[in-house]
Amino acid sequence: MSTNDKGLSATRAPKLSLLSERNLPLLATAIVSLAALALIGQFDTWVTLTLAGLAMGMMIFVMASGLTLVFGLMDVLNFGHGAFISLGAFAGISVLLMLPSWTGADVAFLNIAAILLAVVAAMGLTGVAGYVFERVIVKPVYGDHLKQILITMGGLIVTEQLIYVLWGPDEITILRPLALQGSFTFGTIAIEKFRLLAVVLGLIIFFAMRWTLNGTRLGLVIRAGVENREMVSALGYRISMVFILVFVAGSALAGFGGVLWGLYEEVVTAHMGMNVMILIFIVVIIGGLGSVEGCFIGALMVGLLANYTGYLAPKVALGSNILLMVLILMWRPEGLLPVNKSR
Amino acid sequence: MFSYIFSGDFPRSKLLTLLLVVIVVGLVLTPWLFPGSRSMETAMRIAIFIVLVASYDLLLGYTGIVSFAHTMFFGIGAYGVAITLNEMGRGYDAIFIGTALGFVGSVLLAFLIGLFSLRVKAIFFAMVTLAVASAFTLLVSQLYQFTGGEDGLTYSIPRELSPAFKLMKDKVFGVSINGKLVLYYCILFASFGLFLFMLRVVNSPFGRVLQAIRENEFRAEAIGYRTVIYRTATNCLAAGMAALAGSLMAIWLKYTGPDTTLSLNIMVDILLMVVIGGMGTLYGAVIGSTLFIMAQNYLQELMKVASDQFSAMGLPLLPDLIHPDRWLLWFGILFILSVYFFPTGIVGRLRKAKT
Repeated sequence: MSTNDKGLSATRAPKLSLLSERNLPLLATAIVSLAALALIGQFDTWVTLTLAGLAMGMMIFVMASGLTLVFGLMDVLNFGHGAFISLGAFAGISVLLMLPSWTGADVAFLNIAAILLAVVAAMGLTGVAGYVFERVIVKPVYGDHLKQILITMGGLIVTEQLIYVLWGPDEITILRPLALQGSFTFGTIAIEKFRLLAVVLGLIIFFAMRWTLNGTRLGLVIRAGVENREMVSALGYRISMVFILVFVAGSALAGFGGVLWGLYEEVVTAHMGMNVMILIFIVVIIGGLGSVEGCFIGALMVGLLANYTGYLAPKVALGSNILLMVLILMWRPEGLLPVNKSR
Repeated sequence: MFSYIFSGDFPRSKLLTLLLVVIVVGLVLTPWLFPGSRSMETAMRIAIFIVLVASYDLLLGYTGIVSFAHTMFFGIGAYGVAITLNEMGRGYDAIFIGTALGFVGSVLLAFLIGLFSLRVKAIFFAMVTLAVASAFTLLVSQLYQFTGGEDGLTYSIPRELSPAFKLMKDKVFGVSINGKLVLYYCILFASFGLFLFMLRVVNSPFGRVLQAIRENEFRAEAIGYRTVIYRTATNCLAAGMAALAGSLMAIWLKYTGPDTTLSLNIMVDILLMVVIGGMGTLYGAVIGSTLFIMAQNYLQELMKVASDQFSAMGLPLLPDLIHPDRWLLWFGILFILSVYFFPTGIVGRLRKAKT
């Protein structure tokens, strides 16, 4: 055991210099945001936009991370991921609507507790849904990309329709809990409270995920599975159990992201998941399919760029993501931080 | 003679032949058999979707490419005609220029997308096309000076093609022979023509190579076919066909908007039609689109009756499950089942039942 763990820490990324290959994307993000500062010209606006961009990026990361991990480990691209986002949002919002005394109270503690409860409910439901989805829909078509795309699209349609059945056809509007409405102001800099929460939660998820992947035995198996599935099962690990675990975790994260996104937009529709999916796909492609850290940087880039261009040139804002994707793929055809696959 | 028309690719099943004959005869005689504008709208939608779905089958069924940008090309064709008719006024020149522009535009765009992303895996292409298509939808709503934005464009077509133009004074078997009927048959036969053209393509040596790529890309490449070129060519061809179908739609509806041409829902519909009808055979497109559009228009009424029945009986949840707006739920389940159990769809089933 202990020798194994030592081997692990020894193979962990060697000390990187600031300008190494893997740090370049992060640097590029920083440069983009500094360039935006020069273009915008006002420091306070820039801070507000940057924070908004970071918050958006974090939320996208939470939703996209599950997708990219599932793809990396199982080589399954789950188009039904968007349905989990909607499902999570609906479950979370329902919980919040059931607790008006908690969300309406002028006590930050109760507000946060309500949100936590909503998140737990959403993650539980989407986790279970993910389990069913993996067993019933995805399992029979491992290894066949064409069928996977078709069948997960089918799963998406059915789940979306089931949401209509269970929650009715109308969109639901929701107000954020009292403590998260409005913003802090420091002089001329305004920071929306909810965005701050999103950034904190996103960072927690990112570091928890990093720690799980890089610091635990389970993470070791998962990373090994991403690189070479057969070898891991040959060494005696039941890789199918790991698959299910990752799929369920990915779905639960989608549900978590769904709650955050629903509160961010302050309205939930059954279609919202599919709409975000487009952003998520862009993020996952930019980051390199299967790479969690690439996904993180990609999400930050997309979020920041969306906010900067939204301020500087609203007309092109909507196309900016596509443009970013094209540019990045021209720079690095495999994405920012590609995963080394032996297959 | 028949062999020439059908390019040697016969339905190969008695029941399927019968179904196809019923569909074609039904479409040709719709104005007489089912008078009324609603049935005519349905029939036109079926005819145009046969072309659209068949062109998608070129990609999905024959070449094994999943694209989510097919409605974009459909939309380009439709907006091409819509914008020229809107700007140049009602005239045949506008229709022709618009159709040509739409066709060329989508072929070029398909070529660009293909160059950019067809070299890589199926999944990647699916994601890139989804992103591009959504960007295009946003672009259309942004350029509202030309496209009418979310509201779309309403325009008029040449007078000879409108109901006000009477060719004969008397009715023939109770149907008045007017411009709308002429337009109906023009579009119907254009659709048939395009369909037969695609049938010709897939049964040519070119079509065989596409199937080889679908079955085993590596081997196709090893035999000496540059698969990238073939895939790009199919992508362009399918895009061009979709654009033509879009132009037909625009001429018939006299309205073009994001909801009728570009929305992701239509893309999902196309996917369902191809898979349920049968991938890898163009007859599947005929069966799939007919079944789907009939269901879309008439199944809902049936479901409404059943739903009202059940809610009158006071059952929980069940009335919601078969609420008329939930018909897509059942088609989604049918879709999943068909991907599992009969990947060749209805047509494949019928053909197998015969042998």
